Amino acid sequence: MSVHLNGLDRSMLDGDLGEATRFAMSVVVRTAEAVEASDLISVEQAHIDACALMSESNLEFVRRLAEQGGRVRVPTTLNMVSLDLEHWEELGVPRDFAERATRIADSYRGLGCVPTWTCAPYQGYLSPRFGQQIAWGESNAVVYANSVLGARTNRYPDFLDVCAAITGRVPNTGLHRTENRRGELVVRVPETSEASWASPSAWAVLGHLVGELVGERIPVIVGLPRPATCEQLKALGAAAASSGSVELFHAVGITPEAPDLEAALQGAKDAEELDLTRQMLAGARDRMSSAAEGEKLDAVILGCPHFSYAEFEALATEIRALGPRRVRPDVQFLVLSDSASLALASRGGLIEGIRGFGATIALDTCPFHSPIVTERAPVVMTNSGKCAYYAPAELGASVALGTVRDCVRSAVTGVVTREETLWA
Amino acid sequence: MGLIVSGRAVVPGEATGIVLRSRRAISLWGGVDPETGKIIDPRHDRCGASLAGRVFVYPGEKGSSTGSAVLLELVRRGLAPAALVTGSLAPVAALGSIVAEELYGKAVPVLLVARDDLDLLKDGDHVCIGSDGTVRHG
Repeated sequence: MSVHLNGLDRSMLDGDLGEATRFAMSVVVRTAEAVEASDLISVEQAHIDACALMSESNLEFVRRLAEQGGRVRVPTTLNMVSLDLEHWEELGVPRDFAERATRIADSYRGLGCVPTWTCAPYQGYLSPRFGQQIAWGESNAVVYANSVLGARTNRYPDFLDVCAAITGRVPNTGLHRTENRRGELVVRVPETSEASWASPSAWAVLGHLVGELVGERIPVIVGLPRPATCEQLKALGAAAASSGSVELFHAVGITPEAPDLEAALQGAKDAEELDLTRQMLAGARDRMSSAAEGEKLDAVILGCPHFSYAEFEALATEIRALGPRRVRPDVQFLVLSDSASLALASRGGLIEGIRGFGATIALDTCPFHSPIVTERAPVVMTNSGKCAYYAPAELGASVALGTVRDCVRSAVTGVVTREETLWA
Repeated sequence: MGLIVSGRAVVPGEATGIVLRSRRAISLWGGVDPETGKIIDPRHDRCGASLAGRVFVYPGEKGSSTGSAVLLELVRRGLAPAALVTGSLAPVAALGSIVAEELYGKAVPVLLVARDDLDLLKDGDHVCIGSDGTVRHG
């Protein structure tokens, strides 16, 4: 099957705009053939996830583009890299690892990208607009952009994000098209007190369950409390994109393409329905934790995806509530964030107390891509559904999911303790 | 040789190898170690098995969009699967394979077959993949 190309597409493919653009366009067109797209469309923005994985092939890929004069054609933000670019020495990252990671980071910046270095680009610079066609990588960012912002992107795999940024063109397929954004499965959440929804971790449990249940279908979630915060929706999406492959969810009355159920379903009358129960939520919560109550805690990981200003604020509040108590010396308390959110939180007076408590703040990076989690960390606690999902394989750790309050208090005692039981 | 199943060559190419059959979707990143080719996700039904040189037959992909980089690194290290046969479109794996061909001149053939037809491919079968999208006894 052949893909319809316009004049500019052809000149890019023929190498008229340089070898890097030819290489990128070739990948875009071959991908369009693979997914059977009829033509390409323009994107106005890109978010590159390819910078995240530290591997020789990644470096060879970006170096080849850079050496051939590659430049991005649309405003492009960068996902996290495998290093806190400023504080790696304090975090105990070996020098040779740091040098290799820095080379990858520098090469991507050299393509003309904005050095945001964050997995939560929706929290900061260049947040996309409703209806805007964009090409984003990073599964949690994709589900947030589509669902919460109403921008339009597929889940761009590593390297296609780069090629989209360089060409400004993508296959006209999937969630770029209105008809493919129709809700397909109505998911009703059980009636419950507003208090049980207060913590974003409760939304992460829901997200994990939704990800497990919906398969390839686009869920329309009905019955969530309003208003929902950005942090709650971020937790839901990140978890659903980890346990499953959710790239778009609608939440009736909350997300912009779902003012009501009919709109979310684009008028379809025959959508399947699924009623969730508290037992199902409790079951998901249990599946997300492999470490038991009372186990000795080695590390706390917050900021997966990267901590926002509001999350720093919530953490600072929990720490203040404990008075002078601090993280036990044998527990690592790690908070991941981006430089823009940290700068705001610093100006908001939130950081001194968090550092004084004994937390380490790492920027630009990810605990699964950078050697910053203590090697002796068999038991990890987190407030994040995404972190809970990936930590067993990536860190070889057993995980306890809890609220930020649970994490703070457990770090003080050194024992996994959950006072606020989610979905009890 | 006997035709077992025919599908769409998402990334065309020829390969031979022994089937590694999985019944669960996989995220290549977080699910497969890019330095060894082994499946490391403890939730996955083939955790511990290596993809290297195998015809990996699985229902589809999920999770991280970094999977393409994992596949590219497996190609660079010579630890890539011989071919991927999926029951639903696997764009992350396909992209990794396309980039591998551009960068290293070696694609991993990716074949899409009807989900019900996955069961025609048994673990341990020796098979040949054709660039026309066929799978035959090897």
